[in-house]
Amino acid sequence: MSQQWIYTVVYLAWLAGASCFVLGLHRMNSPATGRSGNQLSAAGMVIAVGATLVYLISREGGLSGTALVIIVVGFLIGGGAGLYTARTVKMTAMPQLVSLFNAVGGGAAALVAIDDFIRLNSGAPVDTTIFVVLGALIGSVTFSGSLIAGGKLQGLIPGKPIYVPGGQLVTIGLAIIAVLGTVALVAGAAGALSLGSTATIGLLAIVVLAGLIFGVTMVLPIGGADMPVVISLLNSFTGTAAAMAGFVLGNPVLIIAGALVGASGAILTKLMADAMNRSIMNIMVGGFGGGDEAAGATAGVGGAVREIGADDVAIQLAYASSVIIVPGYGLAVAQAQHAVRELAELLESRGVDVKYAIHPVAGRMPGHMNVLLAEANVPYPQLKEMDEINPEFDRCDVALVIGANDVTNPAARRPGSPVSGMPILDVDHAKSIVVIKRSMGKGYAGIDNELYSDPKTGMLFADAKDGLAALTAAVKAL
Amino acid sequence: MSDQLLTSLAIFTLAILVGFEVISKVPATLHTPLMSGANSIHGIVLVGAMIIASEADNPLSYLLAFIAMVFGSMNVVGGYVVTDRMLQMFRKKPTAPKATTEGADGAPGA
Repeated sequence: MSQQWIYTVVYLAWLAGASCFVLGLHRMNSPATGRSGNQLSAAGMVIAVGATLVYLISREGGLSGTALVIIVVGFLIGGGAGLYTARTVKMTAMPQLVSLFNAVGGGAAALVAIDDFIRLNSGAPVDTTIFVVLGALIGSVTFSGSLIAGGKLQGLIPGKPIYVPGGQLVTIGLAIIAVLGTVALVAGAAGALSLGSTATIGLLAIVVLAGLIFGVTMVLPIGGADMPVVISLLNSFTGTAAAMAGFVLGNPVLIIAGALVGASGAILTKLMADAMNRSIMNIMVGGFGGGDEAAGATAGVGGAVREIGADDVAIQLAYASSVIIVPGYGLAVAQAQHAVRELAELLESRGVDVKYAIHPVAGRMPGHMNVLLAEANVPYPQLKEMDEINPEFDRCDVALVIGANDVTNPAARRPGSPVSGMPILDVDHAKSIVVIKRSMGKGYAGIDNELYSDPKTGMLFADAKDGLAALTAAVKAL
Repeated sequence: MSDQLLTSLAIFTLAILVGFEVISKVPATLHTPLMSGANSIHGIVLVGAMIIASEADNPLSYLLAFIAMVFGSMNVVGGYVVTDRMLQMFRKKPTAPKATTEGADGAPGA
């Protein structure tokens, strides 16, 4: 078979793989077809990688033994590590795992670009140089940034915004260095600047280093509450870096898949930021979440909170006609998804109408709470999104808030509070409110929750799982 | 600019537009699986890692290609598996099975 003929087939296979990615993403529109969509996308990946292998082997000169060993061993090690972590991770820790996968993806894109640059060494045309340097730079930023973001979610690095004195200046300085380095490299490639090969490589090293440190200084001052938005943004960056690598290698599947992810990540980032009523600029510039300066706005809430016992709550719940459960991150941390489903099923068997109110940012990422509850076999139709459930709070007898805080704070409806303007669940409209919470500790926004001092609210101080178990036992005993 | 580059730019632009269209229709509840799914797709950079591995001819290139292979494979395999785990949970359960916690999910039972 002629080279050209094989290349045509390989190219068509790449296009087929890329089509699978697009169609797979499209099928992720609905819970019913989501899984098959992901499998279609995975099939596209197998086709694309398989076609690449055929292409490399059949190419003139073939694949050297060393290269084959690198490919096979690298795949076994990386794939094995990915498979193991993906299968063993707890669903609550899943956001940081996604962040880790994003980091290594960005790292791979940067390495591909760097390697290409070293090989072309000073011989690269202007356009290639632009794509190589952009790929290396963006890949480096996402690598270090995603690692920091994952570390914050995992608790390895404090979730609070970390301010380094003059940190903003350092970040801006690094950005300037990266841009200047990029311009110099492009000028060198264009012949406007004469750079030796050592100087060229040195400049690239400076750009990459600046990118790596930039990723760290960019994410460190951002609070844990905003991490999902940051991860989504970095996800988009990685897609772009992969597309840049695609330009360098002239590979269509890399360009299509990279652009697809770049666009999807951008949209998703905007949606997440919108759900929290924060602009992306705002998040990147200002630290939010667990900050010290957040106090002032809501005065005098420290007032009376009413404590309530599990038995009283059980009676309220068992004789209610409609109960809305508001799960938050506290529920996820306490691994109480199964406990909450048990209580809900028990109440339903007594004829109580039970629904779950899911705030767009409940959990650690949009949709994270749905995943956690689905894991506990909570029927999907019972999960109601914010816009759908909010009118129902007026008719609901008991709202049971479990480990959710800022998303229920009525202070968000007034200006002047750090959470102002954030869409909230209208929990305070319910006839009666029960909050299961470990302590009066503050949420990510670092402010008091006025809901807790509402006369209609009873506080059940307990770990989410223990509290729910106590409630279930008490309802059974009725 | 070369013809190949111009063609690539056209592909790039169209793919971005497709990405906007496909994503903007996804409901909020599926955003996390979607992000994870998109995350596995950019693991396509694995193809790039394979290509640089095939062209490597010195120890530094071998090393860079190897690390890129490990990183890319981890992104692809881990990404798809964890996304599948998330989406698997959205199945409509046919009959309510008594949900005993399976060890594989790591969540201790209630």
